Amino acid sequence: MIHIKRLQEDGADVIALVGEIDASSSIELDLAIAKSVGEGFTKILVDCSALEYISSAGLGVFMSYIEEFKDRNISMVLFGMSERVLNTFSILGLNELLKIGKDKGEAKQLIS
Amino acid sequence: MNYQYKVGCSIENLKGVRDFIRTSLKKHAVPDLAVSEIVLALDEMCSNLMIHAHHCNPDDLFELHIHVTQQNPIVFEIIDDGTVFDINQFHEPELNNIIHEKRKGGLGIRLVKSIMDKIEYQKSSGRNICRLTKSVNFQ
Repeated sequence: MIHIKRLQEDGADVIALVGEIDASSSIELDLAIAKSVGEGFTKILVDCSALEYISSAGLGVFMSYIEEFKDRNISMVLFGMSERVLNTFSILGLNELLKIGKDKGEAKQLIS
Repeated sequence: MNYQYKVGCSIENLKGVRDFIRTSLKKHAVPDLAVSEIVLALDEMCSNLMIHAHHCNPDDLFELHIHVTQQNPIVFEIIDDGTVFDINQFHEPELNNIIHEKRKGGLGIRLVKSIMDKIEYQKSSGRNICRLTKSVNFQ
């Protein structure tokens, strides 16, 4: 079960993920990112501080946008991950392929 | 100790599967990070089974057994009677291809193989048993 909240800050779209993302809920993450892109945001911050769990289905959603974001000059930074969630990204080295900041401040620096 | 969980093949039930694994392993001083990796691998195996072998039919049931003592390895068995999908026979796509083709799948099997020590398949009384083993540093 995942709750997704969006708010705008300094021209960036902040997508906050609350709960767990698995095969039954990864579609909601996909829709939220697609909506942000559809509304024309080129800076997307993903707040993972209340993300308790992410399965490969959720990792796959982030991976699927890497190429498109490069082509369209859209920048995305994830931040606020717990050690557990960060470890999930690290097992396959996805932490090297995605931009990940420690907190919102660092994420804002990484995105500009 | 043996722990058993029987559940229908609806992906809405994955949360219950994860909670069962966490609760069982935490009774045996398995470190948190190891628990979270095991949960990740088994979530992947169970969601694959629900989606590909049982087309998310909630009336199809499968069982997850956990055998855990203070000695390694911990043994997990996923038992069902659907079509077997042997992940050892599956060549997972390269990460670069996953990015390039904008695929949303393909990461899961790579994760399972990175996390688990061994994955074996066996038939017993007409049922499929997928046995995964993992050694951890008990706290």
